Amino acid sequence: MVGNAAEAEDLTQEAFLQLHRKIATFRGDSAFSTWLHRLAINVVLMHLRKKGLPVMSLDEAMEPSHDDGPGRSFGAPDLSLSGSIDRLALERAVADLPAGYRLIFVLHDVEGYEHNEIAGMLDCSIGNSKSQLHKARLKLRDALRTSLQREGQQ
Amino acid sequence: MTEDRNNRSCQEFQEHLADLIASGEDVSKNPHLQTCANCRALLADLETIAEAARQLFPVEQPKEDLWDRIELAIKKEEDSIQPD
Repeated sequence: MVGNAAEAEDLTQEAFLQLHRKIATFRGDSAFSTWLHRLAINVVLMHLRKKGLPVMSLDEAMEPSHDDGPGRSFGAPDLSLSGSIDRLALERAVADLPAGYRLIFVLHDVEGYEHNEIAGMLDCSIGNSKSQLHKARLKLRDALRTSLQREGQQ
Repeated sequence: MTEDRNNRSCQEFQEHLADLIASGEDVSKNPHLQTCANCRALLADLETIAEAARQLFPVEQPKEDLWDRIELAIKKEEDSIQPD
């Protein structure tokens, strides 16, 4: 999520500190692992917000009407990714995603969680998780095609 | 007119694409894709992105002293709130 091992370690420490402070508020309404994961994700989102990076809160990220427009694709076929993606370009595009989209994308496509697990962690519906993942992939496609176009012009 | 109709069916297809992909069924067999190169390209791109994602961010092991640092930070916090 943060793309940097040292920062990830600092955030791990902060997550454990939060756990220590808040453990008494855990009521067993969800699995402990789900509760802990949500706590850790909130630590990451707070950190990204402090750094001034584009961040949606979990609630905003999970809001179905929130859509700043990954492109739909109508009309004649245009530039395609041709079955291969430059890894660095993809990493850059993932880093540039709004944090809410990045979160779903990393949890599902990178770390391999299922939609029902993500829905539990993020306290959203399974349908919402599916649709946000789809929007994240569409945004990545837009970003990767733009970067391909730029390369083509050089 | 024909283009309008095509665009409409592209719109319908793309509105359901998130569910189609998540259902695990073979989306490439969808009837719309048999006649629409644009949506075929879209699906291929999305599959390529999902495939490439699995190679991203290899799991890194934290440094060996991380747990010691965490324990120390927790202890420090506990000490700071202990009544005298």
